[in-house]
Amino acid sequence: MSNSTSDVSKHRTFLIDTTKCTGCRGCQVACKQWNQLGAEKTTFFSGEGYQNPPAMSEHTFTRIKFKDYQKNGQNEFAFYKEMCMHCNEPACASVCPVGAFVKTPEGPVVYNAGRCIGCRFCMIACPFGIPKYEWSKAFPLVKKCTGCYSRVKEGLQPACATTCPTAISYGGRSEMLAEAERRLKNRPKHYYPAIYGKEEAGGTSVIYLTHQPLDELGFKKVTLRPLPSYTWQALRLVPGIFLTMGGGLSLISWFNHRKERIKQEEAFKNSKVAPETAEPETREEIQ
Amino acid sequence: MTAAARIIINEVKGYHNFLKFMIGLVVLAVLASAVRFVFGLGSTTNMNDTYPWGLWISFDVVTAVPLAAGAFTLGAIVHCFHIKKLEPLVRPAIVTGFLGYSLVCIGLLLDLGQPHKGWHTLVYWNVHSPMFEVSMCVMAYTTVLFLEFLSPVCEKFGYHMPLRVLRWLEMPLVIAAASISTLHQSSLGTFFLIAVDKLHNLWYNPLLPLQFWMSAIFTGMSIIILEATMVHRYLGQPDESELLEVLTKILPWVLGAYLAVKIAAMAFLSHGPLFDRPALLALFLVEVIVGVIMPMVMFMKESNREDNRMQLRGASMIIFGVVLNRFNVSMFGMIQADQVIYYPSVVESLVTIGIIAGHILFFVLLAKYFPIFEHHPETVDYSLPDHFHEVDGHEHGQAKGVEA
Repeated sequence: MSNSTSDVSKHRTFLIDTTKCTGCRGCQVACKQWNQLGAEKTTFFSGEGYQNPPAMSEHTFTRIKFKDYQKNGQNEFAFYKEMCMHCNEPACASVCPVGAFVKTPEGPVVYNAGRCIGCRFCMIACPFGIPKYEWSKAFPLVKKCTGCYSRVKEGLQPACATTCPTAISYGGRSEMLAEAERRLKNRPKHYYPAIYGKEEAGGTSVIYLTHQPLDELGFKKVTLRPLPSYTWQALRLVPGIFLTMGGGLSLISWFNHRKERIKQEEAFKNSKVAPETAEPETREEIQ
Repeated sequence: MTAAARIIINEVKGYHNFLKFMIGLVVLAVLASAVRFVFGLGSTTNMNDTYPWGLWISFDVVTAVPLAAGAFTLGAIVHCFHIKKLEPLVRPAIVTGFLGYSLVCIGLLLDLGQPHKGWHTLVYWNVHSPMFEVSMCVMAYTTVLFLEFLSPVCEKFGYHMPLRVLRWLEMPLVIAAASISTLHQSSLGTFFLIAVDKLHNLWYNPLLPLQFWMSAIFTGMSIIILEATMVHRYLGQPDESELLEVLTKILPWVLGAYLAVKIAAMAFLSHGPLFDRPALLALFLVEVIVGVIMPMVMFMKESNREDNRMQLRGASMIIFGVVLNRFNVSMFGMIQADQVIYYPSVVESLVTIGIIAGHILFFVLLAKYFPIFEHHPETVDYSLPDHFHEVDGHEHGQAKGVEA
């Protein structure tokens, strides 16, 4: 679960200005190098557009998506870097039965493979569809962007942010938000007036600026409420329901059994059956 | 060949062909699960990153758990609400429940990527996870059902001491069963509350857990009707339709309450369009009309409640409805408009078929070798002990005060 003591405004945050992205895909390569991810055999146009590989996978934690569009009669590209959003209150961390996902105080949401039992609930829960599974293996684990936690811990920047020549800034969340606001204010015509990730899923440690409307670029429209709150509103009732149910049924059973016992005793008394010889002795002992 | 093996083989040879067929299906499922462990989930199932959960979660877990709800429902009806005449139905219901939950555990272990680490849920608690809640409850409840199931086993072998302990534990176990079941039946619905913007609005609303719990109750009763009717038809047990009438009298009330909650939740608590996907709307209507409204109307008429054939028909419709409901929530309703459709692979199907066949097979075998039906509750005093010496009594040297 999200660490309530950690300060959200200090979480290390990616500010990805897609208007500055050149589509060089250095980030994809750097990511594979640092995380030692295998190559995927790809062919051109196997997916929707120029992007390759056609989808994120256990071998691909980040990917530049290409969007064709026309401007003044010219063909143009817009880009969108797909990666884990490192939510402030991650859905994956809240649904994992063994707590294999943790939102670190530094910002990245990290995954503890040693704990994972492989139930894939994180994949169902993630609103951005980020966790991927090692489908090729007999005993698969989940794979996802680590936010380069091993680097961030030591004061370095993530591999993709280090490599990116133009578009990625990395720093405290409040600084990055202020920077994004400043850019929006200075060049209102240049940007689509929204900061994706500022409030999405309750706020994330990856925020985007774009030129295109968000949905056209392939950004998912997600709820602004932190996702863990959706399940917690039901789960928080669990102890109460357990006690009410147990207590209520115990009471009902006790009354019903008591009624039954009294009825039996009454019936016995009214029946005027001559007590057997052993009877008085037994009675005494009961009383 | 040893004598023991020869006896077993002769015994199996004597089985009805239907049972032999079931044994064949179970063997196939065991082979299929071996294939899954050798070749991996990806190549043997049709699950992928778009469909992380397939048939195994949708049927073997999310659907099988309410289908095994008969034991806790009937336990509460008979022992807590004291409708004692239904007692003869309790033991078969417990056997059905115990088998059901054991098979849920097996199905879950096959589906996990790291089944050898399943015990981690006991150690690394995450109380915010509905999956944690369900796995703890399923483990606890399987234990409870196992203890309840021990009664016929002890009777069979004439173990008197454990029987007395079990008798003493009976009420606490019944109450624990109902409380634990309430929690995990509803928490299965909580699973899908996290799928905001994924599960379609026809099913997504904050009252999904309540609906899952209520539907588990009427499914439990329907399963008991189905099971008692089948046992009467094919295992030569007496016709219990008079007892089942009590259940068919309760059913319309539960179904009506469920329908009211479902419609109210849809009308007032869901956000976004309800009727934008015709295929989903059709599935929803079939689920509600065939699975809820028709049996409810049917059982409102007394002649239908008493009729053996109508009882079975209504119960089957309810069961069909709940199976469709669980698939709608956990699979169909989660498919986005632009996604390719998932269908289970051969291995997935063989395993699930084998689990159903295994349930039937083990039920028949248990009924064959253990006193499941030969239980005469009228000889047993089920009142809560109000003092401690009653059972020990004064009959020294006599047979112990338990039925055997």
